[in-house]
Amino acid sequence: MGTKINHISYFLPSKTLSNEELSVEFSDHTPEQIFKKTGVKTRTHTTPDQIGSDMAFLAAEKLFLDSSLNKQDIGFLVYVTEGLDYKAPATAGILQDRLRLPLNIGAIDVPLGCSGFTHALGISKMIIESGQADNVLLLFGDTPSFVSHPKDFVLRSLFSDAGAAIWVGKSDNNSIGNFIYGSDGSGAKNLFVDQSSTRNPLDHKWLDNNDDANGMLYGQMKMDGLEIFTFSLKRVPLLVNDILEKNKLSIEDIDLFVFHQASNIILKSIQRKLKIPDDRMAYYLEDFGNTVSISIPIALSESIKEGRVKKGSKVLVAGFGIGYSWSGTVLYY
Amino acid sequence: MCIFNIVKIEDLIEKLEEEFEEIEVGSIKPETEFTDFENWGSMHALIIIALIDMEYDVTLTGHDLKKMRTVQDLFGIINEQA
Repeated sequence: MGTKINHISYFLPSKTLSNEELSVEFSDHTPEQIFKKTGVKTRTHTTPDQIGSDMAFLAAEKLFLDSSLNKQDIGFLVYVTEGLDYKAPATAGILQDRLRLPLNIGAIDVPLGCSGFTHALGISKMIIESGQADNVLLLFGDTPSFVSHPKDFVLRSLFSDAGAAIWVGKSDNNSIGNFIYGSDGSGAKNLFVDQSSTRNPLDHKWLDNNDDANGMLYGQMKMDGLEIFTFSLKRVPLLVNDILEKNKLSIEDIDLFVFHQASNIILKSIQRKLKIPDDRMAYYLEDFGNTVSISIPIALSESIKEGRVKKGSKVLVAGFGIGYSWSGTVLYY
Repeated sequence: MCIFNIVKIEDLIEKLEEEFEEIEVGSIKPETEFTDFENWGSMHALIIIALIDMEYDVTLTGHDLKKMRTVQDLFGIINEQA
């Protein structure tokens, strides 16, 4: 018995932010420089009336239209986000109701970011291969734009909001390989949403100080770019080697490397360090930006559409970042 | 740990000149300051971290970057750690 990704659907909000628009706000950067730095041309931004779970809901509706998944056959729902609807109850339960899914399903939230997709995929494999459900619905919705300060050029030039829905099901062949997971909370403060919850709730002073930024009501993402860069440069090659070893494969066996689309320079540096040829490396930053946990689903979906992934392809997927947290596996198509 | 000094400053300069296309070959000297590089910014710092990691297996930290002003300083840090 095995597990398989049967279908991926994603949703992008309609509002976009171009390099031309950014360079008007940040006049010391030309559109060309912004593209050179980030590898991004367009980012998608949502609005407060369409939050993460709304985008996950819309992606799920699309999944039901585009695939043969029957709602009655779903046994478990996992919602991955860093922007939950409420502190309680779980947003996954709210999505169960909104999507009119059966009552006899498990529904949990996984509040992870850049490593969210690969962790959630591992969780689906655990659920399915331990015989607890035959079909798992993975939902994703992330809204980094809500926690990016309007004057923070680095965050605003990189991140995008998006949603995704993935149907993972039982299959005769094992299409999802063995997983590697990792966590290192000592890096928590290097990518961090400040004043966002119980440990440090927002207060009057915060609201006053952020008066010019609409109060930064959802908290503020703070990134030490240098630390995140060196973490990625050190950790991801080790992660890739561990994934290959655990799946008894070598780097030459992999047809496509789909990493979390962190930023152009991070991906380029990892590619160079691992000596991955250009045609076997996925870059989907240009039209999408860094969509947090949705970046690997989008990249997979696009590479399938482009014919870069076909029957017989071996695809290594690896998520890494905020936490620090990292995970990955090999997908056999 | 290396028992003898294998990194030569000429090699480092050559690698930096290769890395930054906009820099003319022969224009970097040991005493060249990084802020003299055209459009010097955080992006260049990341490129240097990646280059030194690849070529010399030394991971520069934010602290290293803050204390290095010239190419000679960078050379010193690499030799301390290589």
